[in-house]
Amino acid sequence: MLNELKKRLTGKTDSSGDAFVDALREAISPERVKFDGAHRALHGHDASVFDGGNSGPVVYPETTAEVQAVVRLANDHGRNVVPRGAGTGLAGGAIPLGAPVVVAVTRMNKILEVDVDNMIAWVEPGVVNLDLSNTLRPHGFHFAPDPSSQQACTIGGNVANNSGGPHCLAYGVTNAHVVALEVVLPSGEVAMLGGLDAEPQGLDLRGVFVGSEGTLGITTRIAVRLTKNRPEVRTLLLSFDSVTDAANTVSGVIAGGIVPAAMEVMDQRITEAVENYVGAGYPLDAAAVLLAEVDGLDAGVDIDADRIAQIGRDNNATAVRLAETDHERALLWKGRKTAFGAIAQIAPDYYLHDTVVPRSALAGVLEEVYAIAKRHDVLVMNVFHAGDGNLHPLLIFDAREEGVLDRVHAAGGEIITASLDAGGVLSGEHGIGVEKQKYMDRMFSGDDLDHQNRLRQGFDPFCRTNPGKVIPSGHSCADIQSLRNVPDKVWG
Amino acid sequence: MVASPLLVSDDPVLAAFADEVGDTGPVSVAGSRTRWSLGGELADDTRIVTAPTGIVKYQPEEMTVQVRAGTTVAELHETLMAAGQRTGLPERGGTVGGALMAGENDLRALGRGRLREALLQVRYVSAEGRIINSGGPTVKNVSGFDLPRLIVGSLGTLGLVAEVILRTNPIPAVSRWYRSNDASPADVVEAVLAPSAVLFDGTSTWVELEGHAPDVDAELTRLQAIGSFEAVSGIPELPPHRWSFTPAEALAIDPAITGSYVSVVGLGLVFASQTQPNRTVTGAVQEVHERVKANFDPTGRLNPGRNPANK
Repeated sequence: MLNELKKRLTGKTDSSGDAFVDALREAISPERVKFDGAHRALHGHDASVFDGGNSGPVVYPETTAEVQAVVRLANDHGRNVVPRGAGTGLAGGAIPLGAPVVVAVTRMNKILEVDVDNMIAWVEPGVVNLDLSNTLRPHGFHFAPDPSSQQACTIGGNVANNSGGPHCLAYGVTNAHVVALEVVLPSGEVAMLGGLDAEPQGLDLRGVFVGSEGTLGITTRIAVRLTKNRPEVRTLLLSFDSVTDAANTVSGVIAGGIVPAAMEVMDQRITEAVENYVGAGYPLDAAAVLLAEVDGLDAGVDIDADRIAQIGRDNNATAVRLAETDHERALLWKGRKTAFGAIAQIAPDYYLHDTVVPRSALAGVLEEVYAIAKRHDVLVMNVFHAGDGNLHPLLIFDAREEGVLDRVHAAGGEIITASLDAGGVLSGEHGIGVEKQKYMDRMFSGDDLDHQNRLRQGFDPFCRTNPGKVIPSGHSCADIQSLRNVPDKVWG
Repeated sequence: MVASPLLVSDDPVLAAFADEVGDTGPVSVAGSRTRWSLGGELADDTRIVTAPTGIVKYQPEEMTVQVRAGTTVAELHETLMAAGQRTGLPERGGTVGGALMAGENDLRALGRGRLREALLQVRYVSAEGRIINSGGPTVKNVSGFDLPRLIVGSLGTLGLVAEVILRTNPIPAVSRWYRSNDASPADVVEAVLAPSAVLFDGTSTWVELEGHAPDVDAELTRLQAIGSFEAVSGIPELPPHRWSFTPAEALAIDPAITGSYVSVVGLGLVFASQTQPNRTVTGAVQEVHERVKANFDPTGRLNPGRNPANK
């Protein structure tokens, strides 16, 4: 703060007392290198429940060259680097460990080019997901991944997390929608991964970069695929007397050979909260609702919507409603996408889980989730991407209640165990970050993790980019303990 | 603590394959040898092994299939077809493992999905003779680094694939090919919502429409507004050599360079009578390639002589 004041008065910035910070300020600009306590505290967190982050200087580059300069300076000074988008991640992937320089790409927020001939758009990593689709939509296109945080999350963050969203059921997650990436590698070199051509030569480094949670480098330009808007959409709301019936309907639809654009389930508690919050017309008396959407051409959407309705009735649906207008459809989706915001009415804190189970195991695992929550005396709500088996149990609590966090974490651990035992996986779209490192050896052997680490070190031999994430302790690039114990006064 | 079913690697068939691969000496897997010279000629003294075969577990209701790498794609698709499903793997007479190692898309990838999207889980034998598992059996998964992406198209230079879980998708009610001699391929792409394939040989345009019959009829009506189309039984004969262009470039092929050609519009893939000039990777990307290869195969024993950068 003092520096800012001095600069305004004298036009000069004093030395921060740290050679690295001074070098960053010289390379980027004093205004876009923040080293005050407020900025560092803010960037020590993301949207997850995890703390323990410790940010060094926060830089806001505007160009690839500036990102490159930051990475090179960090290498020269032996500092680590953590890339960051909007900080909406839920697994702690953007939490800086060991006081690295945080590279916030939010000022790199331009849509550079819409190239309809190649069905792609070049965008900078700080472009907000919904802004991209809103820009493309009038031209007949959109960006298919639509995470619930899409009003805030960035495309760079979507790339890091291989983000999903309700409509990824039919269209695929981010990896299917990213064609090429310009990245600054941990070495400081700029590389183009993938390409606009049909089958770029070499190993699919683009494919592994997407979803690597910011550990393989920093994305500076992204070629995203354009998806044509569908002329016809049908949105169905099915009500059920039990979550099991809703889950069985979802399994039945997939087994019936239909891949809807989206299939989302909400249980009664969350539906009530949503209805109070947005008044979307959700039923308050149903134990579960299924929001199913099909899109495409005129005849097919009617055929598929009729079949979904029938499969719902065969599974004891108590009501089947077809959204009559675009407004009605938009309201239903608004309800679904703001579900997490609606929780605040019930309790101040929540822990949103993210596992995937085979779709045929949905009903059984959900029953277990309710039983686990009951055993640990924690309130649970379920709102999830049912179509691809992606569960999102929400554990609701008030952190001021003594001992509640222990119960929340114990319940969370058992939910993960139940999902894995049913043949599922650790995460469907939130990633591993710091949240699930300790569970990685439940899904992967030591050899499996060793190979993941070999890939990691192929990009980043010195483990300098987002260290301490994804791969659990015991493998190189993962020694969180030492990262957390930063020597005193390293950062003043 | 009980381990996840994913951790189970005591499958005797996989263990026997791992033993056969061993941990010393140059080694390669032969499938049907349909693309045997892709990425370079195998070194002479390389020991050849074969991957296990058979469909392990097919769950149509999950839209996934677990299959050994030595199974032919044709056999796999025959089994899936009985349940009304298919995969994004191209059928060229080869094996599942071979198709994944070559990394080539089906020319109908717009309708069936790109090859890389098809692989959900992979079990391969490492250069040290260990069975490595990556990815998972569910259709959505971001648990750890996405090694299946790395393995597809790697020509067996990072590990020898033993078994995979693939995503399947439903075969649409109707699949029909049409040909036109007067409609431009660019107009075709614009006129219809989601063709499964559009081909162009410089004169004629072929389009595959798939979906519910009334929708396919309606799409055909839209096509007939831009040209005359006739129903045909399938695709034209494809020239032998594969080129990779951008979708825009593939609409403006110069036959003086490629020879006679069939361009896969929207994808950028071109089949031509001339061979594509050698491609390679350079600079920082090459350095990452070399480090990844060295990390996965420190002694260079897996498929020596082949390099995915030279495909």
